[in-house]
Amino acid sequence: MNIVMAAAGAVLFLILAPVLGGLISGVDRVLTARMQSRRGPPVLQPFYDISKLWHKERAFANPVEMILTSGYLILIAFSGAILFSGGDLLLVVFALALSHTFLILAAYAANAPYSTVGAERELIGVMVAEPILILLAAGFFIVTGSFFVSDIVSDPTSAIVYLPGVFLALFAVLTLKLRKSPFDIATSHHAHQELVKGVTSSLSGRTLAKVELAHWYETIILLAMMLLFFAANPVLGIIVVVICYFLEILMDNLFPRVTWKMTMKSLWTVTLILGAANIAVLGILGGVMV
Amino acid sequence: MSSAGKSPWLMHYNASSCNGCDIEILAALTPLYDVERFGIINTGNPAHADIFVVTGGVNEQNKEVLKNLYDQIPEPKVVVAVGICASSGGVFRDCYNVSGGVDTIIPVDVYVPGCSVRPEALIEGVVKALGVLEEKRAAVDNGGLR
Repeated sequence: MNIVMAAAGAVLFLILAPVLGGLISGVDRVLTARMQSRRGPPVLQPFYDISKLWHKERAFANPVEMILTSGYLILIAFSGAILFSGGDLLLVVFALALSHTFLILAAYAANAPYSTVGAERELIGVMVAEPILILLAAGFFIVTGSFFVSDIVSDPTSAIVYLPGVFLALFAVLTLKLRKSPFDIATSHHAHQELVKGVTSSLSGRTLAKVELAHWYETIILLAMMLLFFAANPVLGIIVVVICYFLEILMDNLFPRVTWKMTMKSLWTVTLILGAANIAVLGILGGVMV
Repeated sequence: MSSAGKSPWLMHYNASSCNGCDIEILAALTPLYDVERFGIINTGNPAHADIFVVTGGVNEQNKEVLKNLYDQIPEPKVVVAVGICASSGGVFRDCYNVSGGVDTIIPVDVYVPGCSVRPEALIEGVVKALGVLEEKRAAVDNGGLR
């Protein structure tokens, strides 16, 4: 992939991801409402929310929140830009982890009880999600011989053929990453949990808007990672990703939140059994004949 | 209507109400009435709130709490006094420990009288509050309230 294509990919991501992420969030809220026999908000509601938050008074528990939430947003955008420019998958994964560190620091900076609990749970969330993201990069390397997204997408065979376990483990961790029940331990979009806003509870106005925007970017990054498994057959990939997202919404409405211990145990078990075992089996069978 | 009126996040505080009005408020927030249709989210967090819904006549114990919550809500914000006690102190206004209405402690934008308040009146009150929120947002954008 040449430099022009790479730059175009990154720029398109930076511009279109918030639009698409916001629309997905809007559709998500409407579907959730329909599952609860309600009409729900307009599809554009997330954009109204962000616009409202942007015009609120700038009030901080600690002014450093301004820098830290900006760091969170910029690093997530950077991570996605690398992914969509066909860059190194390892860099994508590590930038994503670093971005969450900024969010955690922003929540700690408020020095408020709910915010601190949220920060600790977000830290657990990063710990839980990181192994499968690294396994994902490793898996793609074994299958295609490269960490570069540009090489992965040009591979003639879809990686899902060799990495079904890694895909399923990523789907399980997606629940946590999209902040959906039963794993929405750090913060939730709904008021049905014992700690509703957690990590964002001390943020308001623009800082909260930036966190929401970063979440939209992250949603697109994660869905794109799932799509990467179907590189040779993107139509099938899109269908599978849509089904996966629908299942996430369904689970969100069916299950209550579990404790942080249960989150860690269940997702690490899934990662180990489906993800690590998948990689191990590939290794034992002598890798992939490319 | 610009975005402030399309995304009003609401916080409810009971300043020594008898719970009659609180029950009506909570009933209006149930999925049956689906206030999310109007972008309303019931938040328990002053940092995220736009509309402050207060019930009860405010007593000596909780007037500091009420003031503190009000101060934590970022501008633009609107206060809705729900029920006759919140509006004027109602039958309790002459009690030794009752302040006599929310407006004795914080500025109130919309009064919704009733004992307890009718859901229709409550919804109309919140709709009036959206108009006030819109005006205040324009003032904030012009630097008036910042």
